[in-house]
Order: sequence, then structure tokens, then C-alpha cells
Amino acid sequence: MTSPTLREHAPWRVLDGYGRAVLAASRYAAPESADQLCEVVGKARKEGLSVAFRGSGRSYGDASLNGAGLVVDGTKMNRMISWDPIRGIAQMQGGLTIEGLWRRTITDGYWPHVVPGTMFPTMGGCLSMNIHGKNNFKAGPFGEHVLDFDLVTPDGELMRCSRDENTDVFHTAIGGLGLLGAITRVRLQLHKLESGFLRVDPCAVSSLGAMFDEFEKRLPHSDYLVGWVDCISGGAGLGRGEIHQANYLSGDEDPLGAAGFHTERQTLPTRILGFPKDKLWHFMRPFFNNFGVGLVNTAKMISARRNHGKPYLQSHVGFAFLLDYVPNWRLAYGDGGFIQYQVFIPAGTARLAMEDILRECQAAKLPSYLGVLKRHRPDAFVMSHAVDGYSLAMDFRVTPDNRERLWALTRRLTDRVLAAGGRFYFAKDAVLDVEQVRAAYGEERLSKFRAMKRRLDPEGVLVSDLGRRALGLA
Amino acid sequence: MSASFTKAIVVGASSGIGEAIAKRLSAEGASVALVARRADELARVKDGLVHRDRAFVYAHDVTRFEATADLFGRIVEDLGGLDLLVYAAGVMPKLEEGEYSFDKDRQMVEVNLLGAMAWMNPAAARFEAQRGGTIVGISSIAGERGRRGNPAYCTSKAALTTYLESLRNRVARYGVNVVTIKPGFVDTQMTRGMKGLLWLISPSQAAETSLAIAHDRGGPSVFVPARWWLVAFIIRHIPSFLFRRLNI
Repeated sequence: MTSPTLREHAPWRVLDGYGRAVLAASRYAAPESADQLCEVVGKARKEGLSVAFRGSGRSYGDASLNGAGLVVDGTKMNRMISWDPIRGIAQMQGGLTIEGLWRRTITDGYWPHVVPGTMFPTMGGCLSMNIHGKNNFKAGPFGEHVLDFDLVTPDGELMRCSRDENTDVFHTAIGGLGLLGAITRVRLQLHKLESGFLRVDPCAVSSLGAMFDEFEKRLPHSDYLVGWVDCISGGAGLGRGEIHQANYLSGDEDPLGAAGFHTERQTLPTRILGFPKDKLWHFMRPFFNNFGVGLVNTAKMISARRNHGKPYLQSHVGFAFLLDYVPNWRLAYGDGGFIQYQVFIPAGTARLAMEDILRECQAAKLPSYLGVLKRHRPDAFVMSHAVDGYSLAMDFRVTPDNRERLWALTRRLTDRVLAAGGRFYFAKDAVLDVEQVRAAYGEERLSKFRAMKRRLDPEGVLVSDLGRRALGLA
Repeated sequence: MSASFTKAIVVGASSGIGEAIAKRLSAEGASVALVARRADELARVKDGLVHRDRAFVYAHDVTRFEATADLFGRIVEDLGGLDLLVYAAGVMPKLEEGEYSFDKDRQMVEVNLLGAMAWMNPAAARFEAQRGGTIVGISSIAGERGRRGNPAYCTSKAALTTYLESLRNRVARYGVNVVTIKPGFVDTQMTRGMKGLLWLISPSQAAETSLAIAHDRGGPSVFVPARWWLVAFIIRHIPSFLFRRLNI
């Protein structure tokens, strides 16, 4: 008796990008082991069914969607395989989340070199998107701290990839958007801490220009640096906001000592402004319009000015995972969700280009409801999104009425970014087309990626909606 | 709000209400995928459409559940999208007095109910993802009460009605419209030879009313013609000890 085929029996699942502005119905499988994963992908290949891998579904756009095929969910393969607290090396299955990692390692005084703004992405997702943190200018992307990983290609071959073994695959699959194979195991070097806390220095700035100046001044002395940008304010206050500089504490600076590594010290608040945090998004929802966000931003600026120059200690969890303070915050954007659009622009042209971008959004009456500025440096990965410059991440609410205008706006913004020599970040993207990606990444990088894709996946089994839209995969 | 359909699948399009709905959709300018078991009948139906160039024919037995999802995907590709699925396939083999046939019972449950589920699952998933679309299920007034004449038919239609209601409640929040049509007696092969049928209407009348309801995103569960609502109301409230004595 033949085993049931995926085409006939795999269940349907409606999945969304984290921004909820793009969705797809697809066949769905959630293998529990690497062997099962190989079996599922092998079956899909035989049946001519395309496959996209999905971790926690934290990419904002369509990176883990596959409307024309099968989505393979890797979150059940979430074991910590080994942890070496002497050398700070963690070996994990691809479905383990950042949360699963830090909860295991913090008590031994280790923290990942690079974490995103949320603790829920998986190792496979972090590696495939080569995520960055608020310390990208210093620590580089996630991939720079990966020692080695296992990649399972669509024909079932398991490749161990490191800087010494399958080097070219190592540098392409990191940031390879999950389109070269499944990441089933990751070995990661962690950062040794002396304290469970960071010293955070808040700094209010009156314009985007002032923020850039402050960034450049603080870069040599910062471990982390991030700016909140008020994208509603115009005129002289265009791009005003607040910078948070954070630095590791040395052991003798920490009053708690080793007690700071305890997970009970590494928590997020359970109530915010008096509201239980899991209900807060309901109260945020009425403010998610141009007027409401304007009010909130004004309040935030007042608070920023009050806190200016008053350093405080904050746990690593509290500083790193701002997006996790309000569970389900994405629902506050309403039924149409939102898109996040993050632009990376070389330092020489970034300031003017980003000012133009903010003005263009305001002129279109489609301002971003959140703006985040970060500093970056280049890295050695083929599909790297980082440049020696700045990124500005923006969240745009999507409604049935503004969708067309918003996409038209992003086309204009994209032209401006490309003119400034910029790039984009696929984990955030929902709008770029093939030509725009070619202009941003250049033919050389894309040719390298396509050559690797042909080598590892000659039949083109691994395809996501992102791959179709932005890379022209069939 | 009135919805206009441009890309539709009609399952059970080779005769009866399904055929009439396909014809009407084509007359309205929609691209229509005709699905039924009999290829020759589908070809005949296609020839009778106003826009034959926008019609696609797929011979398919709805009880081949394993083939449904794949065929659904192929049809959506051929149509270039989808905004309407009509499930009109149904059978009611004659059950003689004193006859108890599991084969006939199973056929009714498979065609009238399980086939609908097999088609509506991928359609509902697609419509939820695209935040819009309409599913029309042709149920029957026969599902209102368990009549002595054909237990499995009544069961299959009652179950289909409940399934459609559940599906409606599941996807309505995503802008997807699920319509349950409960016709009374319609002049189709199913009723041919039956005598004294009350308020018999033609398939085209049933199709016109059904599509009008779907277009207008009308009541979630509608009798066709509407006056059957009164009959259903009365039937539902007849006490069981009386109902079992009736010859209906």
C-alpha cells in the first residue's frame, strides 16, 4: 500500500506574515524530527509540490508563506542539543527559539551576541534571515556568531556548513531566506556577560539630523544603540525622537552580582500603565490612526525629554525584547494589519534620504506609526542586507482604503533608497519586486545566490511567496 | 452589498440547479469551471453557455476525495483566481418501501456531504487568505426534519446545512460569505417521476434566486422559493408522535 500523498492528504492552513497584511492558504506539515522533515520534503519533491519553511512566523511579510504549495513548520524540532557553559557554545535544533536559548544560558552568564527585538524567532529563522540587533554596528549579524550548522537539501543530503567546511554554502545559506535547504541544527557562540544588566542612557533629540550626530558621537563607546523616530512630527522637529545607548556592565559595577543572571531578574513587566499587558493591545487600537499616533508620540517626546541624561540599569531581556512588552501588539493595527518597510542606506547619503522619506510619507498622509533607526556595518554574507550606514524601519498601517496608495508610496520610497545606494531587508519586506531587488542587491550577489540555488535545489523545490515576488522564482 | 462574480467553480454542473447556475454565471460574464462526473454532459453544458470561451470543463467524481484539493488548485490557476464556489452535486437514489441499503446511504453521504467538505475546505482556506469570496451550498428543505421516505438523504442534507452554518461562522469574520440554499421541489432528474410535488420550480428559477441571494450577501440560510420557510417552520414544530404518522 502506498503512503498517502501530500497533495491528497496534507491539511490546509491559512498563514499570515507577522504584519498580517499578507496571507496565504497552503498545505501544511509540521514534522517532529529531521528524518520526518526529509521525508516530507522528499515527498513534496516527488509530487511536484513547492516547499517553504516556516519557524515562528515572525517575518513581517511573505518569507514563510507559500500559497502555491506546502509550508513545513519547523517549530516542533526545538531541542537544545547541548550547552557548553565553559566555552559558551550552544548546539540547537533549528526550531528552538531565542527565548529557549537565553533561558538556558543566562544563568551561566551567557547571552546571544545578536538578538532581534523579539525573543520568539527560531534559530532556523534567525539564520535564514541573518537577523540583526541593536548592536549590528559592533557585533555584526547573527550569522557572524554561527560556528556551524546542518543544512538538509531538497534531495535529502545533509551538509555540515562552517567557515572551514562547505564555506560557500555557509555564506549563502546564512541569509539565504530558507530557499537553499532546511536548517536542522545550529551551533552558536554566545557572549560572556559579567552582569545580567545593561547601563542604558536615554537621550532626547530634536530632529533626525541631531539623532545622526548623536549616533556618530556615541558609536565608539556603545555596545547597543537604537533610536526611536517620531515619524509624524514635521518641520524643524522632523525625525525627532529618543536614542537609547546601552553598555554592558562590568562585574564590579553590578550591585546584584551573579543574582542578576537569574531568570526571575530577566523578565518583562506584567502590567504596563496599569493595564495587564496581554489586554493592552485592545486599548492601543483606538490610537492607531494618524491623530492618535501623533498624540502618543508627543507624549513619548515629553517623557523622553524628562528622562534625558538619566541613565538606569535594565536587564538584557528588558532592553532587547521591546516588541514583547505588549503581546499581540500587531492586532492593534486592525484587520488589515501593517507592513514593515526597512531601508538600509550608506552613511554618506542616509540622512538626507531618510529626511526625504519621512517628508514623502507625511505628504502622502501615510506616516509610519513607528520609526526605528539603527547603525550597521557590512558583512561577508552573499545576501547581506547590511551596509556601512543606517537603517530606518517603519510600520505602515494597511487598510482596504489605503492599500493601493501605500504600495504606490513604497515604490516611490524604494526609488529614493535605490538612488541613495541603499538596500532592504527581506524579513521585513512585503512590497519589493524583482527589478527593485536586482537594483538593490546587484547582479553579482544575485548570480551567486542563483548559482547556489541551482546547485543545492536544481529542481526548484524550495519556493516561498517572497521568493516568487522578489526573486522571480517559479 | 452586492457582489459580482467573475471567477467561479460550479461542482455538479452537468444537470439541474448546478447547470442552471453555471449558465446564469456565464451569462453574467463570469469565467466558469464546470465540474461533474459525466464529461459528455459537461461538454453539452459548455456548448450552451453564453461565454464558452471563458468556460473550463473538468470531469471529476466528487467521491474521489483525494483528488479534490489538487484539482481545486489546478482550476484556480486556470481561472486566474476565484471568488465563488457553488457545490450543487447531489444524489437521491430511490429507496423502496421496506428497503434498507447501506450502499445507497453511503453514496448519499459521500456525494451530498463529504464531497462538499472536500471542495469547501480548500475554498474556505483560499477565501480566508484573500479576505473575501463566496461559497454556496445547495442543501435542501429535506434536512429540516428526519422524514421516513429517505433517512440518509435527510441526514446528508441536515449535516450539510449544519456544516455550512459552522463554516459561515468560521470565515464570516474574514469577509467570506457562506450561503446555504434550501430548495423545495425543483424539476430535476432527482424529482422526475414524482407525483403531486408542491410548488415545483424549474432549475433556472432556483438558480436565479440562489445567485441573487449570493450576490446580495443575503440571509445566511435561505429557502427557495422563500415560502418554503413557512412549511419548514410548521414541519419543525410538529410533535414527533404526530410526525411519524405522516406520510412525508
